[in-house]
Amino acid sequence: MQYLFEAESVSKRYAHHLALDKVSISVPQGSIFGLLGPNGAGKTTMIRIINQILAPDEGKVFLEGHEMKPDDIYSIGYLPEERGLYKKMKVGEQALYLAQLKGLSHQEAMKRLKYWFDRFEIHGWWDRKVEELSKGMQQKVQFLITIIHEPKLLIFDEPFSGFDPINVNLLKDEILAQKEKGATIIFSTHNMASVEELCDHIALINKSKKILEGKVREIKKAFKTNLYEMEVTDHDTDIRAHLKEGYQLMEEERHDDTRFIKVHIPANGSGSELLQMIIPHMTILNFREVIPTMNDIFIQTVANSN
Amino acid sequence: MRKIFLIIKREYLTRVRKKSFVVMTILGPILMAAIIVIPIYVSTITNEVKTISVLDETGIFPDKFKDSNEFQFRYLNGNIDSLKKKLTKTGDYALLYIPKPHAALPAIAFVYSESQINISAKSYIRNVMVKEVENLKLEAKLKDLNPQGLDSKITKDDIMASIKADVSVNTIRVNDEGEEKKSYTEVSMVLGFVGAFLIYLFIFLFGAQVMRGVIEEKTNRIVEVIVSSVKPFELMMGKIIGIALIGLTQFMLWVVLTFGIVTVATISMADQLGPKGTQEILKQQTPIPGGGAEAAKMAEGAPEVNEILEAINTIDFGVMFSSFLFYFLFGYLLYAALFAAIGSAVDNEADTQQFMLPLTLPLIFAIIMAQFIIQDPESPLAFWLSIIPFTSPVVMMIRIPFGVPMLDICLSVTFLILGFLGATWMAGKIYRTGILMYGKKVNYRELWKWLRY
Repeated sequence: MQYLFEAESVSKRYAHHLALDKVSISVPQGSIFGLLGPNGAGKTTMIRIINQILAPDEGKVFLEGHEMKPDDIYSIGYLPEERGLYKKMKVGEQALYLAQLKGLSHQEAMKRLKYWFDRFEIHGWWDRKVEELSKGMQQKVQFLITIIHEPKLLIFDEPFSGFDPINVNLLKDEILAQKEKGATIIFSTHNMASVEELCDHIALINKSKKILEGKVREIKKAFKTNLYEMEVTDHDTDIRAHLKEGYQLMEEERHDDTRFIKVHIPANGSGSELLQMIIPHMTILNFREVIPTMNDIFIQTVANSN
Repeated sequence: MRKIFLIIKREYLTRVRKKSFVVMTILGPILMAAIIVIPIYVSTITNEVKTISVLDETGIFPDKFKDSNEFQFRYLNGNIDSLKKKLTKTGDYALLYIPKPHAALPAIAFVYSESQINISAKSYIRNVMVKEVENLKLEAKLKDLNPQGLDSKITKDDIMASIKADVSVNTIRVNDEGEEKKSYTEVSMVLGFVGAFLIYLFIFLFGAQVMRGVIEEKTNRIVEVIVSSVKPFELMMGKIIGIALIGLTQFMLWVVLTFGIVTVATISMADQLGPKGTQEILKQQTPIPGGGAEAAKMAEGAPEVNEILEAINTIDFGVMFSSFLFYFLFGYLLYAALFAAIGSAVDNEADTQQFMLPLTLPLIFAIIMAQFIIQDPESPLAFWLSIIPFTSPVVMMIRIPFGVPMLDICLSVTFLILGFLGATWMAGKIYRTGILMYGKKVNYRELWKWLRY
């Protein structure tokens, strides 16, 4: 697999605190990579190392296979969690300044900003001061400044905080559009629903160490509990009588006129076998495999590593 | 390089457009002009009657110098050299010596004094002498004309033009050994004070601006966006340089505007004060650093122009101006870097107090010491304070108009540049860590740790 960014056993130490302990991550080209972890795990330090704001004490970082060099910051767009703008500066002027700092010429920056201001329908705000903008509006400006230089690698740290649901959707679409265009995205958040929705890969960091990394689908597979849930109309039949050797009833819950049943299947069993056992005896309204959510996986993995 | 230029440009443009910059640009010169004009009034209001002894070898001026509530005149006979030697013992304020002229009429007088004589005394002596010499010339002219009868072609203006007299009054300081030294202390003192005060003011003003700028970026949280594009050190230096350019712009505007205001004030006050006042104001204008030439030009046509020019000639304005620029720039750079470090270490301006005090103390100390240094610019105190980088910008500005030994200048310049490099290196280290640190009460131990990262 082609990796856009790789960290090779990176360590970073602050005075008396080890912020990263030999952390290696590999971010595949063109993926959305979730960098997850509880507060204070070392995510921000990792992101700052990728941005070359900090240098690692040990280990190496690579972009497109070569060891990162100062010029690589032009290939990165970064939207920090704690973000802000110069409040007294005009929106357009400020966007132009930040775009130029990312290496765009005045002319090119102007052209691209015009396009994005139109696309986000904020062209009327060019000459307004930032402090006159609503928070959501400021976030939009901040987002477009992050992507204006069309970087290969985009880093979003809690990108959805401060947005209303409509703008969250707009932003999600834009992030996916960036992925379509070939950008690779590192996405750090505590919102596991959005991880589930957007990320292809994740790495989980806890207490300065990486404790989990891989494709979201594969991780979920690995965390499968072989549990199936069904909803049946029959209230009274004892289901255990119909289960083969190895199949085990885990949970039973009666509602008004339906019953929820959870069954654990053995390693050599399957969902369809379970269905065959049940179908002759009762009407099945719903049948699904219980797959752990990212939220469950997060909590479980962190708890285990502690 | 392009990025640091972008940062400088932003820092400069956002500040130069601020209302506060415009207000300062206008208020500053008004204040400065006031500083220049007010001492003139003060110097004319003195209660003590001062005795000036007069040795008049020409015999033209007996009783012409009238006692006033400011001065009394005592006529003496004798040898000038012995009188000069005795001057410090008599307790007289000054000794006026009018030597026998080479030409028919006296055109020169000397005032010997222990301390620099004040402007009103000098100006009074000059006026009396000019008037008297003009009278004598007029009498002579009339005598010339009378034998042939009055010629109608000779108008009054011709006469006035032909009798226009000039007397130059030279002030000379005499020390206890009776040695003499031509001095233009007034010019040197004012020059020194203005230069020192400007540097003091600018370092405080613009250093604090650097600090506030850093705090602003930190509390705005824009700093993390920016340091993902530029190195923290570039951001810090860009800000410092941008604000230095603001300082220079302001300074240039102040010089130009102060001259404008003083010129206007001079013209309007000339009517009220009469010729005496005008001359004083014109004389007072010369002490503006770098402005000597313009002042001289403005004073053209005034009778004292030669003397002013002479005073200016004794001060090397090239040296004065370039040393002002050097000490302003490097003094500012030294302090601004440290101000930036403070700004980066705190979360808001209220937390800066504990760090501000030790930083501003040397600067305040220097400006307080200025009055002692001005009395003795060669003292050990002056020497040491002009080597310590934290005080040298202010102290050297006071010393330079009096002339400073080459060794002192070299030491001072070297240490200031070293101090600047050291401060910038230190500040860079603190800054780099500080700007990304939130919600932490920082103390000196913490700063020390950051230095060693």
